[in-house]
Amino acid sequence: MELLVASAVGLMTACGVYLILRKRTFPVIVGLAMLSYAVNVFIFASGRLAIGLPPIITSDPAGYTDPLTQALVLTAIVISFGMTALIVMMALGAFLETGDDHIGMEEAAPPAKPQEGAE
Amino acid sequence: MNHWIIAPVILPALLAPFIVLVMRHDLSLQRIFSTAGTAVLAAISLVLLYTAATNPPEVYFLGNWPAPFGIVLVLDRLSAMMIALTAVLALMVQLYAIGTGWDSRGNHFHALFQFQLMGLCGAFLTGDAFNLFVFFEVLLIASYGLMIHGGGANRLKAGVQYVAYNLVGSTLFLFALATIYAVTGTLNMADLAVKVADLPAGDAALLRVGAVLLLLVFAIKGALVPLQFWLPATYSFAPGVVAALFAVMTKVGAYAVIRVFTLIFPPETAATGALFADILMPAAVLTLILGAIGVMGATGMARLVAFAAIGSMGTLFIAVSQFTPQAMTAAFYYLLHSTLATAILFLVVDLVLDRRGDDTLRRPLPPIAQHGLLAALFFGGAIAMAGMPPLSGFLGKLLVLDATRGGDMALIWTAVLATSLITVVGFSRAGSQVFWKAYAIATTQAHPEPKREPLAFAAVFALVLALVALTVMAGPVTDWLAGTSAELFDRSAYINAVLPQVKE
Repeated sequence: MELLVASAVGLMTACGVYLILRKRTFPVIVGLAMLSYAVNVFIFASGRLAIGLPPIITSDPAGYTDPLTQALVLTAIVISFGMTALIVMMALGAFLETGDDHIGMEEAAPPAKPQEGAE
Repeated sequence: MNHWIIAPVILPALLAPFIVLVMRHDLSLQRIFSTAGTAVLAAISLVLLYTAATNPPEVYFLGNWPAPFGIVLVLDRLSAMMIALTAVLALMVQLYAIGTGWDSRGNHFHALFQFQLMGLCGAFLTGDAFNLFVFFEVLLIASYGLMIHGGGANRLKAGVQYVAYNLVGSTLFLFALATIYAVTGTLNMADLAVKVADLPAGDAALLRVGAVLLLLVFAIKGALVPLQFWLPATYSFAPGVVAALFAVMTKVGAYAVIRVFTLIFPPETAATGALFADILMPAAVLTLILGAIGVMGATGMARLVAFAAIGSMGTLFIAVSQFTPQAMTAAFYYLLHSTLATAILFLVVDLVLDRRGDDTLRRPLPPIAQHGLLAALFFGGAIAMAGMPPLSGFLGKLLVLDATRGGDMALIWTAVLATSLITVVGFSRAGSQVFWKAYAIATTQAHPEPKREPLAFAAVFALVLALVALTVMAGPVTDWLAGTSAELFDRSAYINAVLPQVKE
């Protein structure tokens, strides 16, 4: 099971890193979501993997599974979900405003024009 | 238990939703409540500063859960100083925003501003690594909103970049925390300090990975080369007021580095040793050089100041990377100075932009309203930022140079002195292009009428006054800061305050 979880984390991270290096916003956002999935599984695994044990400290000799990482992962999920929603909204706004969804800024464009337009 | 410790987090946290829910359609009510809130925050922060100066570190146990099981907030001299700096800067920035009407160019400026303050104060106070992550996210999500305040295509595009960059940073932060938790089984900073000190040698490699990941995250926040890419676009496209408030955001990265790498991973730790100093020092020198080159090559005023801010982070991190009490004192002094100087410059550039309508440095434009006054303010800010006498930048750099005698003196002194010269040249070029060459243009227009913005100018002058006070009071201030760094390097005081049951 360790192998399965570790390779899942590795694969998702690799996909995420590949996608955030793309030039358009949509793959970048998907890549960020991938990375956050990877880190969620990673946090979960950092409390050691155990099957069929309660997340409550007991005197049971079988032991328990770490409840703290489950709480941490819950927080991380909520935050990354909110952040992904936010970047989707911002990317949509930027797309509708500029008409293209490239993540890069057009540095080569005449620098004075956009500022004048904004005023 | 002193309940005032949590007030800097609670006050903005309650005020912000109140502003959104109750007075969302009334800008003047928002202004009154938000400014009053920030003023009260500033007052509380000064009281806390006094408390921290006279007492050993104080701990606030949230929900009265004993550490390391519950989350703790810790008030020591360093966190009190950072909160006071944030609150005072925020008050001035807010007055400026009201004076120039920036807060009316989009919705919810004041609510986001309060959430930003909540995140900043929380990040400075918390004594728990995961809670630090949460407060980072609070301040970041508020900063995303503030960054795109006022809208516009360029600002939105720069905003998307900024958010994407910081989301990667947050992911790295979680990877780092999970790795450290997997090794030590705790995320309370004081408990981590105890556990890391006597870690079995077999776990050292994994801990090093976690610690370096953590350093990377803080380097992103602190705009350390090669992770500074987000800063120039963000700061130059953000509204001027927001950029001025963001002057304290990079300092959050510096604060986190100082806190974590003196408390949890001090240089005498067996598992990590001088690893972080060895990474930080060259990166800081590169940051300084890159900042100076950026100042020299910037084609716009806002970009110029953004690169100057990067350069100042380089100087700050050079001092931090020494990890000695004397260098830390210099770092604290430079931190106070560079926050104020960066904020002043961003506000002045915003005032100039508002009148000039274009921030290009490529060609001169006719004189603007209040030309002489703004030129003088820019001149003062530039002197402070470049580190020329008589302002505090000079003293700050002098302290940094004095504290870095020895080992890497040749490299550091050369870098600091050469980049200061380049920065001076860059700022003089920008100043002469914007303010002097303006008179060389033959124009048929009459000289523009002065724009009456007394509140905005008062806020800028108050910040300049704070900078002058920092210069004049340099002696007492550095004495106090020496006490702060002594407290920081005396780890047992912090650890005993959080974990009374552990006696070293």
